[in-house]
Amino acid sequence: MTVLDRSVQPIQSSEDVVRVRQTTRERAIAQGFSLVDQTKLVTAASELARNTLEYGGGGEVTIEVLNDGLRKGVRLTFSDKGPGIADLDLALKDGYTTGGGLGLGLSGARRLSNEFSIESKPGEGTRVAITRWR
Amino acid sequence: MEKIPILRMGRFLLVTIQVDMHDRLALQLQDDLTERIVKDRAHGVLIDISSLEVVDSFIGRMISNIAAMASVLDARTVVVGMQPAVAITLVELGLSLEGVRTALNVDKGMALLREEVEAAGRV
Repeated sequence: MTVLDRSVQPIQSSEDVVRVRQTTRERAIAQGFSLVDQTKLVTAASELARNTLEYGGGGEVTIEVLNDGLRKGVRLTFSDKGPGIADLDLALKDGYTTGGGLGLGLSGARRLSNEFSIESKPGEGTRVAITRWR
Repeated sequence: MEKIPILRMGRFLLVTIQVDMHDRLALQLQDDLTERIVKDRAHGVLIDISSLEVVDSFIGRMISNIAAMASVLDARTVVVGMQPAVAITLVELGLSLEGVRTALNVDKGMALLREEVEAAGRV
């Protein structure tokens, strides 16, 4: 698998979240994603970017454009140095929220993506990676 | 400061969301709409999202909040123009817009609002 392009964007404001959506859309279009696949990836990115900002205290996203033989994909890795998640299973449950949201961000992003991984420990920040393939 | 315009059409309010909203704008819209429903004694709110290419759970919550606040003020809410890709994504995301009726376009949305208002006994 080759990484054709890698860029990093800060997530420190709600304007940054808008920019993450825009860049994700651009990369998905460049990889030839269908409109529905673009929308799923951008929506998942929006959820995770918002989480990074609101729960992680700000962070960054690494956007990678991938080629794996005939498969073309986009991988987004969101990381922050925030408080971390104590109970990952609970956090991944639909409807669970510690912030008055809908509790769909993590579980939703996982459903909308082909690959999903999360690393988080209290006091060590959080890293969430999603990949969508065309 | 930028604001999303709210138009009045008879006893209904029409909002067209055309920009990729950031949080402050979305919260401002919620407040503005609530104020206008009271001020104009509106019976219904039509939210046109035909330009929205992404509806995430934050926007979904904003729409549900608007519907809930409108309902407390005895007004109905209809969302129109949802793009197919958005509809598919919302289902997979697990977002159900509680208390929000949907229609294909503004015309059908207005007809739906009128029906609902009549059924509720208001003229």
